[in-house]
Amino acid sequence: MNPYNYLYVSALLFTIGAVGVVLRRNAIVVFMCVELMLNAANLTLVTFARINGSLEGQVVAFFTMVVAACEVVVGLAIIVAIYRSRRSASVDDASLLKR
Amino acid sequence: MTTSNSLVYLIALPLAGALILLLAGRRADKWGHLLGTAMSAGSFAVGLYQLNEMLARSTEERAVGQKLFTWISVGTFNIDAGLLLDQLSICFVLLITGVGTLIHIYSISYMSHDENRRRFFAYLNLFIASMLLLVLGDSYLNLYVGWEGVGLASYLLIGFWNQKPAYATASKKAFVMNRIGDMGLSLAIMIAFASLGSVSFSGVEEASHHASEAALTGIGIMLLVAAAGKSAQFPLQAWLGDAMAGPTPVSALIHAATMVTAGVYLIVRSNFIFDAAPTAQLLVVIVGAITLLFGALVGTAKDDIKKALAASTMSQIGYMILAAGLGPAGYAFAIMHLLTHGFFKAGMFLGAGSVMHGMNDEVNMRRYGALRKFMPITFITFGLGYLAIIGVPPFAGFYSKDLIIETAFNAGGLKGILLGSTTLLGAAITAFYMTRVMVLTFTSPKRWDDNQHPHESPILMWLPMAILAIGSVTTGFLFTKGDALANWINPVFGDHGDHHEEHLLEPIVVSGMALTAVLIGVGIALAKYQFSEVDAEAPQNVSIFTRIARKDLMQDSINEALFMRPGQALTSGLVKTDDLVIDGTVRLVGRTAIGAGSELRKTQTGFARSYAVLILIGAIALIAGIWVVTQ
Repeated sequence: MNPYNYLYVSALLFTIGAVGVVLRRNAIVVFMCVELMLNAANLTLVTFARINGSLEGQVVAFFTMVVAACEVVVGLAIIVAIYRSRRSASVDDASLLKR
Repeated sequence: MTTSNSLVYLIALPLAGALILLLAGRRADKWGHLLGTAMSAGSFAVGLYQLNEMLARSTEERAVGQKLFTWISVGTFNIDAGLLLDQLSICFVLLITGVGTLIHIYSISYMSHDENRRRFFAYLNLFIASMLLLVLGDSYLNLYVGWEGVGLASYLLIGFWNQKPAYATASKKAFVMNRIGDMGLSLAIMIAFASLGSVSFSGVEEASHHASEAALTGIGIMLLVAAAGKSAQFPLQAWLGDAMAGPTPVSALIHAATMVTAGVYLIVRSNFIFDAAPTAQLLVVIVGAITLLFGALVGTAKDDIKKALAASTMSQIGYMILAAGLGPAGYAFAIMHLLTHGFFKAGMFLGAGSVMHGMNDEVNMRRYGALRKFMPITFITFGLGYLAIIGVPPFAGFYSKDLIIETAFNAGGLKGILLGSTTLLGAAITAFYMTRVMVLTFTSPKRWDDNQHPHESPILMWLPMAILAIGSVTTGFLFTKGDALANWINPVFGDHGDHHEEHLLEPIVVSGMALTAVLIGVGIALAKYQFSEVDAEAPQNVSIFTRIARKDLMQDSINEALFMRPGQALTSGLVKTDDLVIDGTVRLVGRTAIGAGSELRKTQTGFARSYAVLILIGAIALIAGIWVVTQ
């Protein structure tokens, strides 16, 4: 199977993730879309590792997963804390930074 | 040169007096005036002792010097603080301390009601000390210290009653105009040092024999500026009239007899420079001629007795400067007129003070009249001074002024005729305005109201006036008897007394012409003021010429138009430039940062999703940029 097809899938996943981050208001959904973009990047790394016949891309993909796991821990904690104080998980409601 | 250890006491005594009186403060109020007078008298005694010593020596060895201390010693450049007393300085020393002591005595009584009399005497002593340093310094730099000192004393004394704003302004005006002259003197010293390598009188004289004429002309012109500032000569004359704000003894001592003649001393002392720089010498003569007419014309229109006398001082110093500008032929006559003028003008100022004393400080001569009966001694002493200044024989001014007129005529060619006519005209105008002063004050009908009670002044005041009056009668005769003063002073100028080759006019003819001029002036004044009504108020419907003369020939308007207004315009222009250009640039930087910040702030909406969009757009732009560049 042509390995370049994985790249197309990866581009598609990344786009879906990016559009989701920009368009959705629910913090949980935005968070999942971010994870989707990370996975798209991982897929690209692994694909290029396969194409070039080297292991570096796969190693970096493992690192990404570890970092993503940490990020999920912190991110979910923030979202839960915001939800507790504001009774809302909408990212647009938390717009206090402009003032 | 002979040395003497006692020269320093001439200066030290009055300087100590000034310091004690200033430092002791109110504690010295009871005896301050006595100490001040004693210090001045002591200085006079030292002067007499020095004169006695000097007379005992032969002509070549008369000058004495004293080195006080090494002042500046840098490599080959050495200046000692040294004093030099020669035949020229001894004249000044005796004039300053003698007339100064008389005026101290006069002031004891004149200032007796002033609660700051002690301070007044301290300043007077400071003046005497500075003026003595001026005439005794053996280098231009030492002279400069005294020159600044008398300027300071003059400033302090003009503004002695500085609770009146006008008087404070007058002292400031005198100080500022004097600064212009001082700048001339410092420039002269700098040029002398740069081009001649020395600033001592002997060093400069030595070097002037083989110096370029351009350098000497530069020094000469700068010295003339200095002299014009200190001696109220054209074009720096405007301060003298206002300086009459000071107490009358100050006007007599500083602004008539001594300080204002420092310019004449400077020029005569620098004779070696002016003799070698004919251009500068010619300028000296021109300045003197202009000022003698200028002062005389101003004097004709003044109703304030002190200002009339001040204008007359300006005019008489014009005579001296003119004589000093005539070269070796005139130096001795300049000094002679200076000395006789010191007597009669100081005497007349003291007389004016006596009149003011008896008339509740009224200075307007139109409110005087018929004071002869009430103040006989003042009338006689003032009258003797008056006869001396207009040049009636055998009074002092006749001899000294006549010699100047004669020397002016004998200057040769067109220059001689012009200068001679100017001095003659000046003599006629002098006779006119001095007769006017005399008539308006003493002999015309009374114009004061009945709550004035004119009375003669106490003995402490009229005694100095009487002594000065005796001087105004006798000095001219004594100085000219066998050319006494000329023979005494001329060795200082390296002169050999052989410049009597050609006479344009015989002395007797000149005397005749001068007397005729004086008679014309006196006659007009008598007709105008003695034999016709004089208003107690100055008439306002007068000709344009009278108006201009009353305004001091527009000297203040001209100074304001030429220097003050452009100066103010320049400063306000510079302030505006500073505000617009320099501050403007700084403010523009600040405003740009603030403006840019407030515009960029609007992109910060606080919505996380809009930040995400911006990040996305940025990332895409970055990638697109890299792609474009690498393709």
